[in-house]
Amino acid sequence: MTPPRASGYFRTDYARDFALLDTRTQKAWMLLFAAALLGYPFLAGPLALDLANQVLLASVGAVALMLLTGYAGQISLGHAGLLAAGAFTTGILFKEFGAAFWVTLPASAAVGGLLGLLFGLPSLRLRGLYLAVSTLALHFIVIHLGSEYETRRGFSTGIVIDPPVIGPWTLYDARAWYFVLLSAAGATVLLSLNLLRSRTGRAWRAIHRREAVAGALGINVHRAKLSAFVVSSMLTAVAGCLFAYFRGFVSVEAFSLFLTIQYVAMIIIGGMGSILGALLGTVFVTLFPYLIERLMEALGLVEMLASVIFAVNYSAFGLMMILFLVFEAQGLVGIWRRVQAWLLLWPFRQKPLGGAR
Amino acid sequence: MQLAVNIAVLASIYALISCGYVLIYRVSRVLSLAQGELMMLGAYGLYATASLFSAQPLVAIVAAGVLAVTVGALVYFALMWRMTGESVLAAVLATIALGILLRGLMILVFGTQTRYPLDELGMSNVSIEVGAEARISAAGLGLVIATACVYGLLFAFLRFTRWGIRMRAAGQNPLLAAQRGIGLHGVYALAWGLATFTGGLAGMLLACDAGLEATMVVIGLKAFPAALVGGLDSIFGALLGSLVIAGAEVLMVHYVDPLLSDVVPFFVLLAMLIVRPWGFFGSREELDRV
Repeated sequence: MTPPRASGYFRTDYARDFALLDTRTQKAWMLLFAAALLGYPFLAGPLALDLANQVLLASVGAVALMLLTGYAGQISLGHAGLLAAGAFTTGILFKEFGAAFWVTLPASAAVGGLLGLLFGLPSLRLRGLYLAVSTLALHFIVIHLGSEYETRRGFSTGIVIDPPVIGPWTLYDARAWYFVLLSAAGATVLLSLNLLRSRTGRAWRAIHRREAVAGALGINVHRAKLSAFVVSSMLTAVAGCLFAYFRGFVSVEAFSLFLTIQYVAMIIIGGMGSILGALLGTVFVTLFPYLIERLMEALGLVEMLASVIFAVNYSAFGLMMILFLVFEAQGLVGIWRRVQAWLLLWPFRQKPLGGAR
Repeated sequence: MQLAVNIAVLASIYALISCGYVLIYRVSRVLSLAQGELMMLGAYGLYATASLFSAQPLVAIVAAGVLAVTVGALVYFALMWRMTGESVLAAVLATIALGILLRGLMILVFGTQTRYPLDELGMSNVSIEVGAEARISAAGLGLVIATACVYGLLFAFLRFTRWGIRMRAAGQNPLLAAQRGIGLHGVYALAWGLATFTGGLAGMLLACDAGLEATMVVIGLKAFPAALVGGLDSIFGALLGSLVIAGAEVLMVHYVDPLLSDVVPFFVLLAMLIVRPWGFFGSREELDRV
């Protein structure tokens, strides 16, 4: 599914066209990248490791949202609600039944899938704006149920969860978490890429372009929409479950509307319709507050603004989102592709045909 | 009786805010989710002018109103006109991003403590008896009166004045309207200005009633189910929707559970979306054709 290269490289059969990595150079780079990822926790300091963990955790949710919004074109503003559903399923199962990791994870996925079906049902009738609004409404309802549980059971400050036990190991070391989260993120990306080059993924892309045409081509539009919602929600709920264990704490305050907006910002800033975009966006949005903090330290503003540092973050985040929406609608991945094209064609310059592409 | 008064006051708040949603959507087909922040900005505007002109409350109030209209028009010219022709998601996200930016800036400028603009104006919020056993605060009464005035004036404005007719034309068919010589940018900016003004008015009166703090944004978000239930492109629908939402909310809070107050509007909204997605008075979206 990667675009063809510029040199005299031709694909000679369909299998080649569908291969995830098709040239030897790509495979070599991927190997190098994988080695770098595996070696990272042994070289990084505690803060860098924690940041990497946060990025990996968020990337699961961001890729899930990208499948739904970036590929299937179904706008959802209920992402935090789904994360909360996964986290609360984990929290409740743990608190009420002392359930283990290998019970809560599939249970969260199942709850996520069911909720996805529920979130997806309005999409059969509604489109665009109205769909976004209905998912927003569902977000508030899920959050309400969560807070209801908290107050009824007397966990009004939140549910504390013990670190998960997998076989003989107990997960509380940041380095161990890194490998768990890395495999979760890797599995999510691989699953998504594979789904996207299968029938399901092609159906999603078709309904994104135009539903009526997709229907005329024999695609079951309802099924494609619901499957997009279910798959995305399951992945999101799994991310919520991991979130609960990673933080060791579940509380409704963590799943505000702002979290949804952050996830949406990840796919917007990363670039719509690209898994790479989701990953780049996740890195950017997750690291952004730390960058701002560093910048303020460098400017010597920390003492002055210490009490309102979150407000600075807020404004900078809003501004950044606006800048991307207005000036770089293709997101980081658009910049990346332009750089690639520039390097490929150097010393010649590419003149884009027909405007911004 | 007290319940009816509460419903009337809450409905007025929602109606004032939701008519902003409706105005913007009807004229430019953009759903602005920054309405809550613009409302708060209006309230902070009143606080700022009140501390500037504390001797003359009337001047302060008028200045705050003018400020709100200007801010709305500025928002359009600084950001939203660039989003015309973009996808629905991009436009909505731009308003959300604007909301986040404004919220951050407001906290940076005004801090996090609760403010009381009424004290700055040197007035107090007396409680007035209505009928036998119901009370309404002066600001609450102000809200009801302001809503009646705003809606009356809006109806007249849209029906009889030159600019009102232009706004309706731009909402019906922007291409034809532009070809008939209507400057769309001016009309859209006016819609944003008016929406910010009505939202800001709600914010100002609310701030007079209960003080001004950053959590007020939630009310703006709860008002938009009202706009949707009534129909996103109908002013009268917004009024009716606000009554329905406020009624449901007050009754549920009173008889069932006070914790429900944040979700009831969204329950009503979901029910409406299932039964009649375009709302009571909204126009149905066009069918999709190949």
